[in-house]
Amino acid sequence: MIRSILPVLTVVAAIMVLWYGAAVWMNSAWTVQQAARAGQTVTSMDILRDTLAQDRPKLPAPHQVAAEFWDTTVAKKITSKRSLVYHGWITLSATLLGFAMGATLGVLLAVGIVHNKAMDMSVMPWAIASQTIPILAIAPMIIVVLNSVGISGLLPKALISTYLSFFPVVVGMVKGLRSPEAIQLDLMRTYNASGSQTLWKLRWPAAAPYLFTSMKVAVATALVGAIVGELPTGAVAGLGARLLTGSYYGQTIQIWSALFMAAALAAVLVMLVGVGERLVMSRMGERP
Amino acid sequence: MLSQEEIDGFMAPGLPETVIEAKDLQLVFQTGDGPVQALKDVSLQIGKGDFVSFIGPSGCGKTTFLRAIAGLEEPTGGQLRVNGMTPDDARRARAYGYVFQAAGLYPWRSIARNVSLPLEIMGYSRAEQQQRVKKVLQLVDLEGFARKYPWQLSGGMQQRASIARALAFDADILLMDEPFGALDEIVRDHLNEQLLQLWARTGKTIGFVTHSIPEAVYLSTRIVVMSPRPGRITDVIENPLPRERPLGIRDTPDFLAVAHRVREGLRMGHAYD
Repeated sequence: MIRSILPVLTVVAAIMVLWYGAAVWMNSAWTVQQAARAGQTVTSMDILRDTLAQDRPKLPAPHQVAAEFWDTTVAKKITSKRSLVYHGWITLSATLLGFAMGATLGVLLAVGIVHNKAMDMSVMPWAIASQTIPILAIAPMIIVVLNSVGISGLLPKALISTYLSFFPVVVGMVKGLRSPEAIQLDLMRTYNASGSQTLWKLRWPAAAPYLFTSMKVAVATALVGAIVGELPTGAVAGLGARLLTGSYYGQTIQIWSALFMAAALAAVLVMLVGVGERLVMSRMGERP
Repeated sequence: MLSQEEIDGFMAPGLPETVIEAKDLQLVFQTGDGPVQALKDVSLQIGKGDFVSFIGPSGCGKTTFLRAIAGLEEPTGGQLRVNGMTPDDARRARAYGYVFQAAGLYPWRSIARNVSLPLEIMGYSRAEQQQRVKKVLQLVDLEGFARKYPWQLSGGMQQRASIARALAFDADILLMDEPFGALDEIVRDHLNEQLLQLWARTGKTIGFVTHSIPEAVYLSTRIVVMSPRPGRITDVIENPLPRERPLGIRDTPDFLAVAHRVREGLRMGHAYD
């Protein structure tokens, strides 16, 4: 633990240096332009001070983002429309619902693919094709179509999450359910075990590590799906809405703090799946 | 299906009941390089309580023959009966326990739960499962390891657990495919000795694939010598050694004479190519 702190801090420091440098460089044009209009001359010190404190910088400085993040998470009531926690929760609820549906769908499809020759031949090409369509293109369609039949709010966003998150689970679980060795399957045959006994007593437990790995990918893409689902609807709440309004009004600081919120959410979700994995695998007698 | 008379006809009077019966058995694998004759004209009778070893170089079809008996491979010709049934029916009737080359324990199950796996599948009651697991773990000297996971056991202990798993249900036949092939000589000697004791205690009919001459001679009542391309039986040797066999018997002239015959048989098989 201690030994890894130094390299981590080094990387963070390097990012900070790059970020501050880029902020000064990218925002300086605006500073110089403003000064020229006012007929003032600027020194390098002025440029440095101004570029790191603009209201709508091209690239906000880290401390500006941090201040905004603090202000909209800790300092605001979570019921406030300006609270990132509030917006984060809206997105998170769609993410979790979509992920649950996506993971379930993925597992069911994988079970079907492994047990049914016709599904084996037919489902996978469609699943792969579904992922080659840009989600940005299909998301508005889903929202519009569902809206026209009276479904709006959480479910359409969750469905977009489902659309993205079932795929890694299908791929991982097909591999996992097929991971038992030939002699383990032969053994089941010598017991004259039924298909469902082989599934529950052999294929399913053998697939557990694959399930968790694919769920880590799936939960992160589910979050992306929920955010994308909030973009085309003119949604008023959620991290996607935050990004959209931020871009309408040039509120780059707001955009960046929403991005950090999304990243933090993704990190926590992936970590939670990891904790679940450790708990399950240790109950399954995995070598520590 | 054969009529009862036909089945009876195969059996010579006075011999013990025939459990496994092969007659002109053929098995051809269709591979990418064309058909491969894995078994050709294999005829053999195995009586109840026999300990029969199959020995031969790789590719001689000994494992294929064992798998055919187990209903895991489909013969392409000839007749094969296990307990008077087709191998597939015998498999459905759970007539045999099978021990593979590798222990193949499920890593997510404790040793006790690995051994109870066939019992769960066959629908034994929970109480009966526990009682049987306890009994067979004692039989293979693993009482203290019921709650351990496979990775906590040595290779020899894992293989013993897999034998316990094959003994847990009431199959009269035990089919073993090079069960000790991956183990070192010392462990193998020990397990051979234990296997003989187990056989004496349970009276099971055992089919045992090996490529070790001393192992075959030490264990079996009969030794079936096979040779490759095509896989066939070249010699069947009745083992004159007494059933009581201390490890030291392997240095006696009788033992060496049988081993010599097996070696001659193997060499003869090779003279064909």
